[in-house]
Amino acid sequence: MPKPEEARYTKTHEWIALEGDQSLVGVSDHAQHEMGDVVFVELPKMNQKLEKDKPCTVVESVKSAFDIYAPVAGEVSAVNAAVTGDPAIINQSPLEKGWLFKMKAANPEDLKTLMDWNAYQEFIKQGVH
Amino acid sequence: MNITADKLKRTALNEICRKYGGKMVDFHGWELPMQFEGILKEHNAIRTSAGIFDVSHMGQIFVSGPESFRLLQRTNANDLRKAVTGKGVYSHLTNESAGLVDDIIAFCLSLNRYLVIVNATTSTKDYNWLKTQAGKMEVTIENKSDAYSMLAVQGPKAPDIFKTFAPEALKLPRFGIVEKKLFGQDCFVSRTGYTGEDGFEITAPHPVIAQIWEQLMELGKPYNMVPCGLGARDTLRLEAGYLLYGQDADDNHTTYETNYGWVVCLDKGEFMGRSILERQKKEGVSLKLTGVTLTEGGVPRSGCKIFKDGKEIGEFTSATYSPTLRKGIGLGYLSMPNLKNGELLEVEIHGRRVKAQVQKTPFYKGTAFK
Repeated sequence: MPKPEEARYTKTHEWIALEGDQSLVGVSDHAQHEMGDVVFVELPKMNQKLEKDKPCTVVESVKSAFDIYAPVAGEVSAVNAAVTGDPAIINQSPLEKGWLFKMKAANPEDLKTLMDWNAYQEFIKQGVH
Repeated sequence: MNITADKLKRTALNEICRKYGGKMVDFHGWELPMQFEGILKEHNAIRTSAGIFDVSHMGQIFVSGPESFRLLQRTNANDLRKAVTGKGVYSHLTNESAGLVDDIIAFCLSLNRYLVIVNATTSTKDYNWLKTQAGKMEVTIENKSDAYSMLAVQGPKAPDIFKTFAPEALKLPRFGIVEKKLFGQDCFVSRTGYTGEDGFEITAPHPVIAQIWEQLMELGKPYNMVPCGLGARDTLRLEAGYLLYGQDADDNHTTYETNYGWVVCLDKGEFMGRSILERQKKEGVSLKLTGVTLTEGGVPRSGCKIFKDGKEIGEFTSATYSPTLRKGIGLGYLSMPNLKNGELLEVEIHGRRVKAQVQKTPFYKGTAFK
């Protein structure tokens, strides 16, 4: 599992981290705080094609539904069944047990175009959502 | 109307709510907490023990004078004779077409003196409506909504918390009210609430509401009472099948259409909209607010469409995830008013059809129903 400092972040508060030839995707700790109690997750389908910045799945908290956007282009290679069984994992462990899916990035170099940990912290501080 | 952040109305408990970590939001022009520690935690605290809400946005209209009963009897669908001294009645203020001006609780404080608790967004409208209906009646109508704050302590442990604070309140029946001096000011304590659990609401002048809150927080400590926000208030009231005016009820739907037929007392004599309600009672309604539960995963929201045998028959006016039942629940006006409990439906969520069924309300019966 990635350390928060090793992951890359989007302006829509997803994180992505390379693990072998796949990348793990989830929502940031900041995002799960903003969402509140997560009660339902609709995961993408295996082999689903992902387009960068396009909604690919939905996380629902008690108060609202949140679209999850693909951080980079690629294809879904695994989904985390644990979060559908117990969506609260996303609140408890957004960067570890609460990952949403794995993807094969069309171009792994694309990850480097996203914010690193420091840039993301700065981004949150500015209050830009 | 576009209300900017600095123009939001703040309650006398605003600072307290912030102090306890309330996440403040714009609720129809009022700055109120959406949640404190989390909606689920707050919801569960009230179902199992106790929680406290700032509900100061609610309005208070006092009606007094020799014809106060007559005015309220003529403007309400329920029978105000049920509101004997020291008791309130939940009712619908009806218009000419039997639509709801508002849903209210009218308490009889003493002979010819009533306190009407109204919704925040409708207090001015209700006041004007009552003034117009009163015409030349011998009655005084005062909108004191800006003079009073209100808080609610809800949950099965609420009576324990009130044991020393207001022992007289423990003797109150559901919808009972008692006038009581708190910190030197004239206040009202009623056995009412919007959660489906037993509990109390306190209406008090602004200067003492913070002291009342803090004392109750102290008394609530042994019961792990927590401050609760609008988020939990909404999931709790929806589980209890209570209407939210402006969403589930409005000027265009009658009491029978809201499925609150028990509120209507046709035999009490003439009242606003009575002839329409009498006809609907005889002939039935063409659409009815109906409870729906999801039988598979997903969270319904207001606006989600509802289908029967592939045909669209309505949409949710209120819907959410029910923390107690752990499934999606909602209310919607359905064009098939005679559906039976358990009949199969479908709901559209994010373009996906999800299985659902008709569910008689309340979805969950808390201690208020016992």
